Amino acid sequence: MKAKIIITPKKAVLDPQGKTVQTALEHMGYSGVTGVHIGKYIEIDLAPGTDKAAAHKALNEAAHKLLSNPVIEDYKLEIE
Amino acid sequence: MNFSVLQFPASNCDQDAVHAVRLLGHSARLVWHKDASLGDTDAVIVPGGFSYGDYLRCGAIARFSPVMQAVKQFADNGGLVLGICNGFQVLTEAGLLPGALIRNRDLQFHCENVFLKTATHDSPFTSRIPAEKILRVPIAHGEGCYFADTETLAKLKANHQILWQYCDQGGNLTDAANPNGAVQNIAGICNEKRNVAGLMPHPERACESLLGSDDGKWIFESIFAALKNKTVAARA
Repeated sequence: MKAKIIITPKKAVLDPQGKTVQTALEHMGYSGVTGVHIGKYIEIDLAPGTDKAAAHKALNEAAHKLLSNPVIEDYKLEIE
Repeated sequence: MNFSVLQFPASNCDQDAVHAVRLLGHSARLVWHKDASLGDTDAVIVPGGFSYGDYLRCGAIARFSPVMQAVKQFADNGGLVLGICNGFQVLTEAGLLPGALIRNRDLQFHCENVFLKTATHDSPFTSRIPAEKILRVPIAHGEGCYFADTETLAKLKANHQILWQYCDQGGNLTDAANPNGAVQNIAGICNEKRNVAGLMPHPERACESLLGSDDGKWIFESIFAALKNKTVAARA
């Protein structure tokens, strides 16, 4: 089992990396790009047979406390 | 006065902080990140560096170290805590200070001298800074852009928690004088109780004229004065 966590900067937070990549894409001729947001992707391996609901609860807590900083980031958690 | 200077793996301004405190006539010792107690301490400095390699986010891992639990308790009891650079990042991650520090707006690491305006003298970290004095101190960071949401910012302003702001030599808060894109040129803040403060610039690197500026000493002198008042009050 795997948990996948995608962390992205909140809308109100400056994302200079995203802006720089967006500009680079424009320079390369890729048109129609209206925004680039750069975040993090974390993959967590879980022991086989782990209770999905319990893992969801625990990882939500971990994502809130450690894996993301709720002041500046949002996250999405998926377990598969 | 006894200062505890925390030491995490990859702290690199710990010795500078100890040096500055001793140079200014007080005692300081290093406290290892695995120590669960601060011992006999009047004030804590969380120094600059790259604690735990800045993995995940600056300060994110350091926050969970045993010594930080002791610092939290020390702060909850009213003890004075100053976070410098990475120390500021650690304190925001630990929830001891509001907001967060993100990547500099130009994505570059800035290692240069800046000018700081003291926004309020009403704190244990600013009381001795001469009125109208513009401090010249160095910065050295890649992720020092202070961010707080509108609500938090309004609170910081209403409670006079903004302590220092980046300015030009004349004391003007211009965008050009802002090295990292921090909201409202914020270089340092304190908590609501005013006993915990953090700033990105390095006052400990500017405590003797040999190093180009001794303006940083005013921040330490403010802390010494606050501790002295506390001791006098306790004896009375």
